[in-house]
Amino acid sequence: MSWITGVGLTPFGKHPGRSTLDLMSEAATGALADAHLERRQIDGLLTGYSTTFPHLMLSTLFAEHFGIVPSYAHAIQLGGATGFGMVMLAHHLVEAGLAENVLVVAGENRLTGQSRDSAVQTLAQVGHPVYEVPLGATIPAYYGLVASRYMHEYGTTEQDFAALAVLMRSHAVRHPGAQFREPITEADVLASKPVASPLKLLDCCPVSDGGAAFVVSRHRTSDHGVRIVGTAQAHTHQHVSAAPSLTSFGAADSSRAAMKAAGVALADVDYAAIYDSFTITVTILLEEIGLAPRGAAGRMARDGHFSKTGKVPLNLHGGLLSYGHCGVGGAMAHLVEMHLQLTGRAGDRQAGSPKLALLHGDGGVLSSHVSLVAERVQ
Amino acid sequence: MTQASLLDWTEGAEGIVWQQCSACGHGWYFRRTFCPKCGAGSPEARQASGAGTVHAITRVMRAPSEALRPYAPYNIVLVDLGEGLRVMAHADDGVAIGDRVTAAFVTFGDRIVPRFSKG
Repeated sequence: MSWITGVGLTPFGKHPGRSTLDLMSEAATGALADAHLERRQIDGLLTGYSTTFPHLMLSTLFAEHFGIVPSYAHAIQLGGATGFGMVMLAHHLVEAGLAENVLVVAGENRLTGQSRDSAVQTLAQVGHPVYEVPLGATIPAYYGLVASRYMHEYGTTEQDFAALAVLMRSHAVRHPGAQFREPITEADVLASKPVASPLKLLDCCPVSDGGAAFVVSRHRTSDHGVRIVGTAQAHTHQHVSAAPSLTSFGAADSSRAAMKAAGVALADVDYAAIYDSFTITVTILLEEIGLAPRGAAGRMARDGHFSKTGKVPLNLHGGLLSYGHCGVGGAMAHLVEMHLQLTGRAGDRQAGSPKLALLHGDGGVLSSHVSLVAERVQ
Repeated sequence: MTQASLLDWTEGAEGIVWQQCSACGHGWYFRRTFCPKCGAGSPEARQASGAGTVHAITRVMRAPSEALRPYAPYNIVLVDLGEGLRVMAHADDGVAIGDRVTAAFVTFGDRIVPRFSKG
């Protein structure tokens, strides 16, 4: 067992002139303050990576910059699953007694720190350099392929996908830090610019600047009673060409294992934080995990099931689709919102008093899966 | 490297090459010097017939680079070849999931790529 003792999150969007280290520092400062901890009390440090600031040793570089002297530190890379992967590792580090307070931090000026072509090309490298990238494939194209098959198998429509984009925007409207806060309709999504069919601009998350951080601790350091009770991973492939299936990607295995470790069932979950890089991503993850039956996620989103007042509120900060996506920190914002929700601090976004959250991140093209279960303790 | 007698689009020739394990019979697409299933070395390189069925398709509206921009929009497909492996390639307009297709080879940027047509 471990405690998430503090969280920090910057607004996502444009932060011109601010570097990876600036954004990491701001988020880390917030997390330490929230955990009521001083720099000298941080003895573990986990970072991810930054595409605008490649470095061999981001963790110790950040430690020096921020002013901490950890006895355990390194960076890990799992694409979009990196944030939750770091939490899983931090959880096991404190359980093993290797660290007392692990700072998990990410930040990147992914939007203003590079050209759009540069961002598109860097991200496309999750494709195979010999067999996929030379075809002019892009990240939306890989997900467009998956979406086409999913529609074929389960009868999901473009309007069903649109319902997830509308849902995320309806949540972001209530978060001052979200990149996009103008309400949208399914018609707006359907009419937005085609990117890689069936995906259109509003089916895709934006590129953002931002940072996020948490402290994972062996003991409670503040009033925030949120602990991690189950973690698991699954990795079935890297490239979409090599995926064993375009409808089952390992999310079910990963989430089931995390819930088994926690001793809970899916029916116990009353808050969900699910990776949503594209509308197809969150659709598949919800349906593969079992939070929605196959083919039903769009309808259930439309019916309010995943809204603030619904049975299983989902990504109440607006998700990657509307809060934004700054790389490793992108999905970490999902955990920050989960923490605010479980501790009753989400203001006008607060969804009753949820007590058991399922978090799921994925990296690559639905390649790397990390699931976490967190619970509220008074 | 591919055997000299085989044509491989990733090396500039008009063909698709796959590999098969001589020990366990497993077949795969991304070339390696060993079988990813059983670990045996010296896999056999084989020429694909180029016939298969479309498993997934997307129409890319925005190319990733200036050099490829003139080609957009273009269709990217995953095709299940008769030999039992899945490949990513281009496809003609009008191709749909489930269609039986055959590969030809077209220029794309500074190289040639496989492009599937119905039939």
